[in-house]
Amino acid sequence: MSTTIRPHAETPAGDQPVRLESREERTHRLSVGVLVLLVGVLLAVLTLSTSGTARFALSDVFDEVQLPTLSLPGLPVVVLCALLCLLAGAGFVVGRLSSRLRALAGTVAGVAFLLGFLTWAAAGRDLPFPVSNQLSGTLTLATPLVLGALCGVLCERAGVVNVSIEGQFLTAAFTSALVGSITGSIPLALLAAVAGGVAMAALLALFAIRYKVDQVVLGVVLNLLAVGLTGFVFDQLVQPAAGELNDAPLLTPVAVPGLSAIPLLGPVLFEQNALAYLAIASVLLVWFLVFRTSWGLRVRAVGEHPEAADTVGISVRGTRWSAVLVGGVFGGLGGAFFSLAATGSFTKEMTVGNGFIALAALIMGRWHPVWATVMALFFGFVTQMASQLQTLSTPVPSQFLLLLPYVATVVAVAGLIGRVRAPAADGVPYDKP
Amino acid sequence: MSQIVGTQAPGEVPGRLRLDRITKVFGSLVANDQVSLDIDPGEIHCLLGENGAGKSTLMNQLYGLLQPDGGQIQIDGVPVRFDNPRQAIDAGIGMVHQHFMLVDVFTVAENIVLGREPGTAGVLNLRAARQRVRELSRRYRLEVDPDARVEDLPIGVQQRVEILKALSNDARYLVFDEPTAVLTPQETDELIEVMRALRDEGRAIVFITHKLREVRAIADRITVIRRGAVVGEAPPSATESELAEMMVGRAVSLTVAKQPPRPQGPRLQVEGLTVTSPDGVVVVDDVSLDVAGGEIVCVAGVQGNGQTELAEALLGTTASNRGRILLDGADITRRDPRGRLRSGLGFVPEDRKADGFVGSFTVAENLVLNHVESFSRRGVLQLGRIEENARRLTEEFDVRTQSTTTSVASLSGGNQQKVVLARELSRPLALLVASQPTRGVDVGAIEFLHQRIVAERDKGTAVLIVSTELDEVAALADRVAVMFRGRVVGVVDAGTSREVLGLMMAGVPHEEALAAASVTTAAEEEARLEAEVAEHVAELTGHEPQEEQHG
Repeated sequence: MSTTIRPHAETPAGDQPVRLESREERTHRLSVGVLVLLVGVLLAVLTLSTSGTARFALSDVFDEVQLPTLSLPGLPVVVLCALLCLLAGAGFVVGRLSSRLRALAGTVAGVAFLLGFLTWAAAGRDLPFPVSNQLSGTLTLATPLVLGALCGVLCERAGVVNVSIEGQFLTAAFTSALVGSITGSIPLALLAAVAGGVAMAALLALFAIRYKVDQVVLGVVLNLLAVGLTGFVFDQLVQPAAGELNDAPLLTPVAVPGLSAIPLLGPVLFEQNALAYLAIASVLLVWFLVFRTSWGLRVRAVGEHPEAADTVGISVRGTRWSAVLVGGVFGGLGGAFFSLAATGSFTKEMTVGNGFIALAALIMGRWHPVWATVMALFFGFVTQMASQLQTLSTPVPSQFLLLLPYVATVVAVAGLIGRVRAPAADGVPYDKP
Repeated sequence: MSQIVGTQAPGEVPGRLRLDRITKVFGSLVANDQVSLDIDPGEIHCLLGENGAGKSTLMNQLYGLLQPDGGQIQIDGVPVRFDNPRQAIDAGIGMVHQHFMLVDVFTVAENIVLGREPGTAGVLNLRAARQRVRELSRRYRLEVDPDARVEDLPIGVQQRVEILKALSNDARYLVFDEPTAVLTPQETDELIEVMRALRDEGRAIVFITHKLREVRAIADRITVIRRGAVVGEAPPSATESELAEMMVGRAVSLTVAKQPPRPQGPRLQVEGLTVTSPDGVVVVDDVSLDVAGGEIVCVAGVQGNGQTELAEALLGTTASNRGRILLDGADITRRDPRGRLRSGLGFVPEDRKADGFVGSFTVAENLVLNHVESFSRRGVLQLGRIEENARRLTEEFDVRTQSTTTSVASLSGGNQQKVVLARELSRPLALLVASQPTRGVDVGAIEFLHQRIVAERDKGTAVLIVSTELDEVAALADRVAVMFRGRVVGVVDAGTSREVLGLMMAGVPHEEALAAASVTTAAEEEARLEAEVAEHVAELTGHEPQEEQHG
């Protein structure tokens, strides 16, 4: 009989539990390390085709303040970035980094990859890479993603999985284009977008909360419904009279007086359309609603532990309904972007998967309005970069360019974010005992 | 009993809460059959009954989570109706739930104010919330940190939060639903003190339990409930076997007849086993343990101190980080669960519904679930042999089922557990690992299951039982290994007193626990004598509260 007995004399109640790296954590660390190493190797390969100087234009010709164009020596920068990536990757693989060092290594790897990649793409080209265009395009493209992610935050914090952000976008894009065309009024068109988003949200709430339908399947069905319904009405009613019914007023960029004159930041942040400003305000509003109001506390409670909410007299279904409907408002505004800010008209399936990207932003942003926004901006950045690089006529196929940024996304997400925890009751219908 | 009480003038006791002939039916099951109960201020009323007797259903109706199909609830003689918990709370009813109704990721303050948040125009005032918690905490002397996140708190403190939550609504009637299941004996003593203090303030306490010992320690009044109906009241002086008989409906023996063990050589050897949770917390910390053939080693400890993970690591469903597991000298650390089962491991999981059987499968199918290959030829099931096996085992293990083709989900907890144990014991075993083998099982079946486990020991099998119930540990163990925060605090003999085990379950090493326990027992003895004298005096002067036993 060999029994190890260790004295365990003083054990104050609040002391920290012993920690060791679990198998899951080890796997995660190693896979991140290998991924970062691969990115480093990729950059190293790119050095072979890097030559000349990479130029970055910080302002474009229309800006009031002209900033100098930044010039970087191509080869050394790409080599340095490759080395940084390899170093960070090796750090992940070799040892256990503290959480702070891990975040640092992840950030360094992400920034190094972006900088290295951009430098390689811009090196030796005739035109400089337009940084200010890149950034203001990021914000524009991120606008619907931010609003969609906020919609998702509200639903899922309350415990209703929302896969139908795409359907809410599409419906709202349609209603706003139609009402905008008929009335010629942007406020009315926005109201119509909100109505469309809320209507789709109400369908989601009805079937998810009342009839307890599987929420992922339900979301897919609602997306198909939105495609079918808008397509049908568009073909039957709108298309024959496109001149009157599909000619909505376009949201144009509004410069904020004074602020838009700030070098670099001005054109990026303060020459946007109204929806972009609305999106920024919405982030703050949703954050406040979720974390600083009684309603928000209840929403989070029904999403985490509905029984607990029920036993203190909170209506679980009522609270979920309210959260989903309020979410629909933001989903609707996000949908308005496609018809009112991007084109001024409706075309079938014009939201092309943006709702799903918003969903991804929400999950990678850990169901937090601010982090979800950061992720949405990241996706906007990536999309904008791909189109910028195409205009630079880099030597690789454009499809490949569109692919690479997503590699960076995976690296950044895996390295920086790690394990995510959804609201405990997300997607679980509430049955009374 | 209830009928007699029912004829008294309503409102005789001021503030009396009366459940009057409450009936609740789920489909064909009568969960509560005309249950009447009086809950009086200044009294601790124990509601005693087996698992599934209908105690929680009754209390859920009182708390507005369910609505009765018949009968009514009265406060001070006035009928009330609770359509939701809010109405019950407003009427002064509070509940400390068995599974805490706390949002893990919220702070203590957020949990306590949830549903009645302080603030203006919907904006949450967290400072006022914290202040409210501090005041409550001071007033009832239940210490909590308002800013601590609930998931970071030990179970005992979480329960304190749950109690404060009920008190924050100024509950006059407090229901404690199986509150001691998750506590160490010492924490239980503290809880009993809290309940007494609340009673002495004039609150009514309802204490739901199936633990006889606790009932005797604390009850002013005992109502026993069986199969959804009130069996009768018992005086607090009733003995444990009297209470058990009322609860079960027949005489039960609370101890298992068991010969002294004849341990052979070690069959299970665990060396330095370490297991981490997915997020890296060490849950089993360098555990070394031997179990010999022909002996039962019980792993005792409060729920959540690594016992579950230890059992799962022995089966192989949870991977271990370090250490070795030897079975009959062979290293099985790298074998998968299937390989370990084939090496002679029998496993009774803690959560039988989730891991023990497939509820929608028949009794016969479940009885061959983990060795179905020996009941099939070239991949085709031999239904005749499966059926014959089922007949033999259901008879041998006294499984009360209509037929072998009944689905296991429709059986009672005790019979489900018999199916699981029958399946595991139907193969020759080297080692039996059973987690909480009698959780949620009626007292009658407990007796049977314990006998079978002892019989398996006597065949020379090494038996490892994980249990949080000290009664079970006392009944079965030849040796006891006490776990605290993933470590084995010590391995002690079966005869070790509850006090010592309780202290060890809180992390105190054996020698210190022995020293500390002898002090407390002396003090307790004194208190007990005092109480006895007081009781005699009360008897002589005729001031005893009414407690005639009916039925």
